[in-house]
Amino acid sequence: MPSDMILLLGVNHKTTPLAVREQLALGNGYEQPLHALRGIAGCKECYLLSTCNRVEILVVAQEDAQVEAHIARLLFGDSVAPEKHQDYLYIYRNDAAIHHLFMVSTSLDSMIVGEAQILGQLKEAYRHAAELKCTGPVLNKLLHKSFSVAKRVRSETLIGASAVSISYAAVELAKKIFGNLQDKNVLLIGAGEMAELAAEHLVGQGVRKVVVANRTLSRAMDLAKRFNGSAVSLDELFSQLEQADIVISSTGAPNIILHKQDVKPIMRARRNEPIFFIDIAVPRDLDPELNDLDNVYLYDIDDLHNVVEINKSERDKEAIKARRIVDEEALKFLSWLDNLSVVPTIAALRKKADTICQVELERTLCRLQLSPEEQKAIEKMALAISSRLLHDPVSFLKNDSCKEQHDIKVEMIRAAFNLMDKN
Amino acid sequence: MMGEISYLLFQAVLAASCMALVFYGVFFVKQKEKIRTIARLILIAAGVLQTLYILFRYLQSGYTPITSQHETIVFFAWSVTWAYLSFRWRYTVKNFGTFISLLVFILLLIAAIASRSINPLAPALQSWWLPIHAGIAVISYGFLALAFCGGIMYLLQEYELKSKRFGYFFTRLPSLESLDQLNSHCLAIGFVFLTLGIITGSIWARQAWGTYWHWDPKETWSLITWFLYAAQIHQRFSAGWRGKRAAIMAVIGFASVLFTLWGVTYLLGGIHSYAQ
Repeated sequence: MPSDMILLLGVNHKTTPLAVREQLALGNGYEQPLHALRGIAGCKECYLLSTCNRVEILVVAQEDAQVEAHIARLLFGDSVAPEKHQDYLYIYRNDAAIHHLFMVSTSLDSMIVGEAQILGQLKEAYRHAAELKCTGPVLNKLLHKSFSVAKRVRSETLIGASAVSISYAAVELAKKIFGNLQDKNVLLIGAGEMAELAAEHLVGQGVRKVVVANRTLSRAMDLAKRFNGSAVSLDELFSQLEQADIVISSTGAPNIILHKQDVKPIMRARRNEPIFFIDIAVPRDLDPELNDLDNVYLYDIDDLHNVVEINKSERDKEAIKARRIVDEEALKFLSWLDNLSVVPTIAALRKKADTICQVELERTLCRLQLSPEEQKAIEKMALAISSRLLHDPVSFLKNDSCKEQHDIKVEMIRAAFNLMDKN
Repeated sequence: MMGEISYLLFQAVLAASCMALVFYGVFFVKQKEKIRTIARLILIAAGVLQTLYILFRYLQSGYTPITSQHETIVFFAWSVTWAYLSFRWRYTVKNFGTFISLLVFILLLIAAIASRSINPLAPALQSWWLPIHAGIAVISYGFLALAFCGGIMYLLQEYELKSKRFGYFFTRLPSLESLDQLNSHCLAIGFVFLTLGIITGSIWARQAWGTYWHWDPKETWSLITWFLYAAQIHQRFSAGWRGKRAAIMAVIGFASVLFTLWGVTYLLGGIHSYAQ
């Protein structure tokens, strides 16, 4: 392990504007990007997280390889010139990478601190990577650890008490526009998971009706059933907009599906009843100029960020506690990682001793005519000798007193016991 | 003796309104329920004191105190206060009291600067139409002032929602819909009183001056104000004018109200301008 490092590269809502994130080559899907990542020379384990707010790549790779530049090129594709990569990209190595991953999983790095959604997204990303066998012992352990850190933060702090991600922000805003949501209608354009989450919260606030408009009607019907709503096809969008008060758009469409000039006549038909558009799709579904119309309020996911700032001071106190937990867990993981090189060496050492014992016992026992009890006694003695001999080198390896020299100790033992070409 | 009591009573009105403003201001910053309760009680006390002051001045002068500049403005402040308190009794609009108490205090400050002397009543005003016509007109101004405050709040809140920069007001102001509703309710009441005010004035004019209407600047400006509000109400029901446009109209309408009240008296004159 000594020559391997953990590397985390990514872009998120803080470093990169939505307009650039929309263009990313690795922004869509998991399967193909993961294959591409695995193909990079020197990359041993890889994992990709892609959400609407961030794209992050985590790899275990050889230190000397040109992996960073490779991954960056893969991430940005042709959309950004190579010399501009560093404007958007952040790169963390080893302990910083572990720390960052924990910050992400605990939602401390999220647009909305305290949201629970990111953990689900992380798990899903991990499932994809594991299914494609992209992850190995280090990332498996690291990602599982990141899940448990997130759980620990959630149970030990109040960080999730006042915020539930984008859906929460959307509900807050809707309340500022409409006051009471009980007689309001919600229209979902696209039947994605994000839309589902946001709608769930609005339904929790007691909205009157939910209508789902989707390209494939069957998916729309499934979702509509969940909310006791109705399903329509996308062709009916304009007539539905006359009835809706809150519109959540999250289609995978590559272009804008609703333009300013489409909405203008609808506002007349609505007699200027206010309408609240929430565009959580990346790339965006709704024309940003919609916001210029009177009584139309449009928020895309970057805008929702600001809403949440309001509750920030309350949460900041909890975030300090959460950060302490993250620091603690990152340190713990680092020491596990340090030990990782020790553990296989000890295993190899024990295996070698066991093999020698077995070979020598077989050779001796078949020459002597011994009763089963005597045989057992001799076997026992052989194992005792080998384990007592090994006790000192093993405890020397496990000793924490000179942590910095772990690598040297491991090398020494491996050389002394000729474990070099195994493992 | 009467003069001294009257003077002290007005100082008490001013002090109480100031206290109400201070407590509403603190409530605006801290958002603590307890402070709001205190602020509301003080505002009610201020309203009662205003009523007492007006009654006392009536006893002192022998006619309805609504002719001099000082009297008109005190009556205006009184009508804003009680319009708000009567409204408050129906339903609450978050932090509306802060804006109202600010307006009331500003009005009373102006009244404090204006001359408090009691002048003999002009012969043309010696009629029981005086309290009816002037009273109704100023009560309408009270409700229109509420619509104005609601309009200002709407514009502040709308600006924050549209620009997506959430400042100090965002959490403290109520929802747009409740402000729009407030606007529409206050306007409806204010408009009815304004219409009644013009009608009673017209009848009185027939008695005092011989014709129902003779294009005195005050009459003209009242009519302009009336048309501004009428247009707004008409547009709300026919074309669905609401929200920002309605809020801007409420502000413009109130500017016209203030001009009718003061601008006409000082700039245009005319036979209607008694309060000098």
